[in-house]
Amino acid sequence: MRRTETLLAIGGAALLVLLAILAPWLRFVLTIALAKGVAVLGILLLLRAGQVSFGHALYLSFGAYTVAFLAPAMPEALILMPVAMLLSGLLGLVIGLFVSRYRDIFFSMLNLAISMVFYSLLEKLYHYTKGTDGIRVGVPRFLGMALERDQFEWAMFGTALVLALAIGCFVRLYLASPMGQALSAIKTRETRLEFMGLPARAVLLSAYVLSALMGGLAGSIIAMTTRHVTPLLGYWTVSGELVFIAILGGAGAALGPFLGAVTFELVRVYAAASFADAWQAILGLVLLGVILFFSRGLWGMVESLWRRRA
Amino acid sequence: MSDVLLSAQGLRLAFGGVKAADGIDLDVRRGEFLAIIGPNGAGKTTFINMTTGYLRPQAGIITYEGQAITGMAPRRIVARGIARSFQLPQLFTEHTVLENVALAIAAREGPWSPLAPLLRPRWREEAVDLLERFGLTSIAGARADALNEGARKLADIAMAVALKPRLLLMDEPTSGVAANEKMEVVETLARVLRAAQVTAVFVEHDMDVVERFADRVAVWSQGRIAALGPPAEVLSDPQVQRDVIGIERHAAA
Ligand SMILES: Nc1ncnc2c1ncn2[C@@H]1O[C@H](COP(=O)(O)OP(=O)(O)OP(=O)(O)O)[C@@H](O)[C@H]1O
Ligand SMILES: [Mg+2]
Repeated sequence: MRRTETLLAIGGAALLVLLAILAPWLRFVLTIALAKGVAVLGILLLLRAGQVSFGHALYLSFGAYTVAFLAPAMPEALILMPVAMLLSGLLGLVIGLFVSRYRDIFFSMLNLAISMVFYSLLEKLYHYTKGTDGIRVGVPRFLGMALERDQFEWAMFGTALVLALAIGCFVRLYLASPMGQALSAIKTRETRLEFMGLPARAVLLSAYVLSALMGGLAGSIIAMTTRHVTPLLGYWTVSGELVFIAILGGAGAALGPFLGAVTFELVRVYAAASFADAWQAILGLVLLGVILFFSRGLWGMVESLWRRRA
Repeated sequence: MSDVLLSAQGLRLAFGGVKAADGIDLDVRRGEFLAIIGPNGAGKTTFINMTTGYLRPQAGIITYEGQAITGMAPRRIVARGIARSFQLPQLFTEHTVLENVALAIAAREGPWSPLAPLLRPRWREEAVDLLERFGLTSIAGARADALNEGARKLADIAMAVALKPRLLLMDEPTSGVAANEKMEVVETLARVLRAAQVTAVFVEHDMDVVERFADRVAVWSQGRIAALGPPAEVLSDPQVQRDVIGIERHAAA
């Protein structure tokens, strides 16, 4: 399966590039999907430990607002991205030190609560954030070059794709490492870890910080792609969306989140265009179908199709 | 270097009205195999739980290598060289037996390498080797939740041994192991532990195992130690016979 995964990743990336060339208006949608896929990879790490965060929109919006605030002073995409990512990771460390003490419903709800506090700050501190109007983000430079809008969108698409592949690879290695394997040990027998001298909290905290880094990076890409950030990106429904995508795509492999995110965004775009009011219902039905027939998500579906062929 | 590795003095712990430890004084000698016997509910597991930091005694102190470890977190006690296995095996059920042992090795060596796989050659080799010594080679690749009770028990002990402790506390290591395999299993275990110079404390209900492998026996009764000494002496004591062994026979029948 490991080689298959690599092949599928490369094939999938090529397919996305082809789509972006053939249907230029999809480039935007796909860039957002890739960014969300990166954020969902973070959700996947936590899911491995049996923990569901209903608050990771916090890191998405934190990364996005970091870009919005810093872009005027530092209009360079390749600086804004890592800065947003690192600051988000730092925030994740502070919050993680607190939430990594909790499990299950408490973990979920604490993340939700903290994200809602941040959301209301974004909304209420009008003086800094322009409230619900949000902040416009100008087109930053890319590698020092001032690009046309079209070229910049290509650059962001390419960057998102490369980052998705790189972070996907990292997550795959991480999951096979002792740190990643200990995550599922937290889910099954956390006390045993303690009796072996392996600090479960630190293992969960590491994953949490990684998920915050990924969320912040995703938020920065979204900010530079949509070029307009609003508090809505930090609303709890967006957190729910990330979990939704994780389940839809399947938590079994690093490709799952991207499979989920691309499907999610495409269904949303097409369903919204064809059935203006019913797109959420259609997404719901898609997820229902996937869960009923493939409990391990779209990735599980691909896996079993592949097995049948082989 | 003192002859005493672990020393418990005046341990007390009550759950509501139940005195699970009611003044436990015990010295565990370096290198010995000490058996703990006693009826259900006597407080045998409670003693192990206090020694490994899972429960904090309400009174008394525990010293290891002359230093107090009373009430320390399990993690810090393991770091000092005390490992345990469990009455009900505590395995990582989503992992294979090999991965379970490898996780124990990772815990010992430090897991903080996010890019090298858990089953890196050196750790895999060590885990394979250990499982072989426990006769678990054939199920190394099986998921831990698919094992029978005897195998779960052994895998649980193998994980504790993988930590390379100097003191190993085992809670009923042979329960669940098929009767006809029991002696062989204990034989193997004893060989592994002697070779690694591990001091062992084990709770045991099978008096044949106790007689054959224990250097000393401690008899637990209602949170106290009723008798302590070499198996031949203790097991032939009429009162022990009546209070413990009679009950054990009865329970086993
Ligand atoms: N965490 C706990 N909370 C409440 N009561 C407990 C707890 N742990 C043990 N007990 C009680 O303390 C007493 C001693 O229990 P313990 O498990 O130490 O006995 P044991 O000698 O190991 O028995 P067994 O042979 O059945 O394993 C029992 O009455 C038990 O119900
Ligand atoms: Mg017990």
